[in-house]
Amino acid sequence: MQNNYVFIKIPSYSTNESFARAAVAAFCSSLNPTIEEISDIKTAVSEAVTNAIIHGYEDEVGEIEIQCRIKGQMVEIIIEDFGCGIVNVEKAKEPLYTTKPELERSGMGFAVMETFMDELIVLSEKDVGTKVIMRKTINSRK
Amino acid sequence: MNLEFVESGQIMTIKLKGDLDHHSADESRVLIDEKIKDEKYNKIVIDLKNLDFIDSSGIGFVIGRYKVIRKRNGVIEIVNASKKVRKILDMSGIGKIINIK
Repeated sequence: MQNNYVFIKIPSYSTNESFARAAVAAFCSSLNPTIEEISDIKTAVSEAVTNAIIHGYEDEVGEIEIQCRIKGQMVEIIIEDFGCGIVNVEKAKEPLYTTKPELERSGMGFAVMETFMDELIVLSEKDVGTKVIMRKTINSRK
Repeated sequence: MNLEFVESGQIMTIKLKGDLDHHSADESRVLIDEKIKDEKYNKIVIDLKNLDFIDSSGIGFVIGRYKVIRKRNGVIEIVNASKKVRKILDMSGIGKIINIK
């Protein structure tokens, strides 16, 4: 199953958070990941999609695009929104930093993505949107 | 996510079942705060035995309930966290303010 891919487009409803992480987890299952690896991927996807919903689109409804690609044993997940963008990505990535403490946000989203995946790239432009690229190599179960 | 409330004197145990994410946290917040608003409860036990998933929204949610209970000098305890749930609890450092058993 070399170079397999999937493309998902969803409106930014919070009900879609569980669908998005389950869909990505199902797609990755061909790599025969461990339960922990699947759990890590689900958590990272949930963080990125939640960010798009809460911060990218705030109270508006917009579209979120999720692309998954398998390259050998590596999975690449791209989660993109076309919302307000992040003015200072480095600041946003700091653990416990949040612009929305009143919503009980923990400010840990990017830290979780960084810890649970091998690689995290955040590309963002104000009023254009945010693109999160995450990669993880799966060490197939024997 | 499903919630089950078990009352025992001044202790309210809340059993969480399913996924605790941004969506379910928003739904559950109002329900839980309504249930624990009675000031007689000075200890909240959050039982995660049947929790399948938690992300950082879930951490924010637990800290939010901690703040509610702390106002009346009460405590929160987390019990029965599975290995995968424990991973994000440990990462968050939430154990410094909330007892995890």
